Amino acid sequence: MSTKPTTGNEQKTIFELSSAGRRGMRYPKCDVPETELPAGLLREDLPLPELSEADVVRHFTNLSELNYSLDNGFYPLGSCTMKYNPKIDEKLSRLDGFVNVHPLQPIETVQGSLLLMYELQGMLQRVSGMDACTLTPAAGAHGEFSGVKTIVAWHQAQGHDKRKVMLIPDSAHGTNPATSAMSGLVVKPVPTDARGNIDLEKLAPLCNDELAGIMITNPNTLGLFDEHIVEVNEMVHKAGGLVYGDGANMNALLGIARPGDLGFDVMHFNLHKTFATPHGGGGPGSGPICAKAFLADFIPGPVACVLEEETEELPPLYGLKMPEESMGQVRSFWGHFGVMVKAYVYILMEGEEGLRRVSEYATLNANYLMAALKKVYPLPFDRPCMHEFVLEGKLPNAPEVRALDIAKRLMDYKFHPPTNYFPLIVHEALMIEPTETENKQVLDEFIEALLAIAKEAEEDPQLLHDAPLTTPFGRMDEVKAAKDLILTA
Amino acid sequence: MFIPHTESEREEMLKSIGVEKIEDLFAAIPEQHRFPKLGMLHGMTEMEASAQLKEMAEANLSLSNAVCFLGAGAYYHYIPAAIDNLISRGEFYTAYTPYQPEISQGTLQGIFEYQSLIARLTGMDCANASHYDGATACAEAGILAYHQFRGKRKEILVSPGLHPHYQSVMRTYLSDFDGMYMISPTFNSLEDVNPQKLIDAVDENTAMVMVQYPDFFGQIFDFSELAEACHAKGALLCVCVNPIALGLLKTPGEMGADVVVGEGQPLGIPLSYGGPYLGIFATRKELIRKVSGRIVGQTVDNRGQKSYVLTLTAREQHIRREKATSNICSNQGLNALTAAIYLSLLGKEGLREVAGLCYNKAHYAAKKISELKGYEILNPGPFFHEFVVKCPKPVDELQEHLLEHGILGGYDLSGSYPVFENCLLIAVTEMNSKQDIDDLCLVLKGGHHHHEH
Repeated sequence: MSTKPTTGNEQKTIFELSSAGRRGMRYPKCDVPETELPAGLLREDLPLPELSEADVVRHFTNLSELNYSLDNGFYPLGSCTMKYNPKIDEKLSRLDGFVNVHPLQPIETVQGSLLLMYELQGMLQRVSGMDACTLTPAAGAHGEFSGVKTIVAWHQAQGHDKRKVMLIPDSAHGTNPATSAMSGLVVKPVPTDARGNIDLEKLAPLCNDELAGIMITNPNTLGLFDEHIVEVNEMVHKAGGLVYGDGANMNALLGIARPGDLGFDVMHFNLHKTFATPHGGGGPGSGPICAKAFLADFIPGPVACVLEEETEELPPLYGLKMPEESMGQVRSFWGHFGVMVKAYVYILMEGEEGLRRVSEYATLNANYLMAALKKVYPLPFDRPCMHEFVLEGKLPNAPEVRALDIAKRLMDYKFHPPTNYFPLIVHEALMIEPTETENKQVLDEFIEALLAIAKEAEEDPQLLHDAPLTTPFGRMDEVKAAKDLILTA
Repeated sequence: MFIPHTESEREEMLKSIGVEKIEDLFAAIPEQHRFPKLGMLHGMTEMEASAQLKEMAEANLSLSNAVCFLGAGAYYHYIPAAIDNLISRGEFYTAYTPYQPEISQGTLQGIFEYQSLIARLTGMDCANASHYDGATACAEAGILAYHQFRGKRKEILVSPGLHPHYQSVMRTYLSDFDGMYMISPTFNSLEDVNPQKLIDAVDENTAMVMVQYPDFFGQIFDFSELAEACHAKGALLCVCVNPIALGLLKTPGEMGADVVVGEGQPLGIPLSYGGPYLGIFATRKELIRKVSGRIVGQTVDNRGQKSYVLTLTAREQHIRREKATSNICSNQGLNALTAAIYLSLLGKEGLREVAGLCYNKAHYAAKKISELKGYEILNPGPFFHEFVVKCPKPVDELQEHLLEHGILGGYDLSGSYPVFENCLLIAVTEMNSKQDIDDLCLVLKGGHHHHEH
């Protein structure tokens, strides 16, 4: 693969394509008498670009072609669950009756949407083994915030003024400590033991009367199911703390184990991971939270509910209500309804058996990759993984090659790289999550690519430092970006 | 349903892992909790799911089959056809956050152009890649103010004209936030909702003043004097905007705002029963390091090509953990792209036209309604495309009557504001024809309009 990297792939900005007087959209003439605007309130100039519709369509089509996406190929980005996004979800979420509905319409005119929300809440409760659900949080981190503030609100209602400490395992996502800090809690880390579990000995002294709770991702970011999870949760409960479940890794647990059964009190889902709604290049996601009954009054709202029970003549009347002691509203209106439709369709189509198969095959794919790759790449925690696993991107015979080089070189093999440098507790981490929607050929090609790269690392490390070579763009100068701070055209 | 494995492939894979069956991979899970029954239905085929969803969608009243005067923070605008076509490209919507810039330039340049368009529209120096919605953007502005004063100023002075949901979300974010609190001037009527009340209230404890433009009741004010008053006391001014209005109106930047936030939904994003929407967030350059959320910057690659990366990431949670400016680790990527395409398609003239249509039609509607017996427009001064109507009878009665004629008559203010008994908040956009407005007036008057929708 000794290709000379291409150049000339830059795209003009929409401002550079603009030509004064050109139009892309016209509106009907005003059919009412015009009213003068107060002169002092008018803007002087509106420096927007001027383009034709064809200019705009070509520009954004050309931009799209500079992206690598799930529809292009394998995207084994650990902790992100980049599974195939079914096309039917897109189609149904765009039905006129879903798209052209105002959030403040009278509830009698939005019974279809409310029914969908009510049923989705129930589905998520069943999957998680929880008793209550709110769909309002806009993303995973937003769900964390909602859940942690629910814990805070519950402690406040109990008069637990001293409980200000949130424990967070050192393998956790950065959002966990950031969320706790935003919620007015003090963060204390908990170390991981040699088998990749929460260190029980280190946990014990932290379980005291200052404890508000613990935030646990299970399986954790190493892709390992904590072998003492029930014990951990009992220790925290005994000390008066609550257990938050970070649902980032729920793709491993559908029909396999319910967080509610394991002792979790409140958790979030990422509909954009577990339930196949697209990531949209960074959003919109959706981060509903589910909680045990004793927290149901504290979760954010409003939540979808039955306002009037079904009668012989009439179906039930669905509506929205605010939980009585709710920690508050976390977003305007009711949540990312458009995303909810996609997740709902996905769950309908998978059903009881399909959901379990999702997690079974996600786990099968991850273990298959891990078994093949650990022969060459160091595996710091060697036991069966769940839906993902973490390798070290550090090869014994190629000391100057880093995880970053391996990741970048993978692009030349037409793969999206795995997550790297996370979790922080693994040196030069390469975090690989294949998901259940990839077939064996794809996995085999990926294995071959990583093995070939390991060989290249020994024989021609410079090749890896220079990678990627076949992509339209090479490595970026990130220092320059932060120094120059050119944030607008 | 979307699992591609054949039986023989599965067996081969199990063999190479060294286990007999898939269940063997789950030994770490306590046996009594392993493989629970969920109590879900059997899976559906695509055909069955389509039929069910179609039925559910049809149980809603679509605005395609109604006349809508409902706004209150979410607005019914025409969405050009090219938008859905472009954002339906898998290259855009099935990509992740652009962590690998070499293969994400489409997303990154799209965000860079979005930031540029928002900065130009608001008259600010720069913008971030977006927040979840207008409400969370307001809350994040409050947190920015906290950091700006290193926690030494705890007060956010909020105009009563800020959307009630935004106030409520700010309250959620700022409770338990090192003593931050919100206050508002007394509010007994629309006459109380103006910049002078805030100028009187801002002092050395104020970290930020939050106003909305146009405000929740549609009013528009020049905030230049308020900006001066804020700066004289060392406080920041944040203006929450409706981006469509900025097609015509003086920018917050010109007025001296430090931060501009807003709900970006009107920029080509469907109403979709409340989301996903788009949280606009723009600032003066000096504040950029205090801004939370994603920011894209221009750079060059190692081949000398102009290109874009996520920048200033040292503010963010994956690096700073509990010291981060926020826990946000995404943006409304596809919605920001939508807004960028919308603004590119409409351009300078198109956006002016839409804003002009909204303004003129709203004023026509207000004039017509004010001529009806028993109805009164309460807005004492200039407004954009929304206004408050005092009605002769309870709004819910009127609404029911309007709905019989296929008209969603506006937002009932009496629910959230005791001072607005029998008051309706009416929004008018380019989607409303003169005929729609005349029909509304006819039904309000108590008559029956002459054509059915």
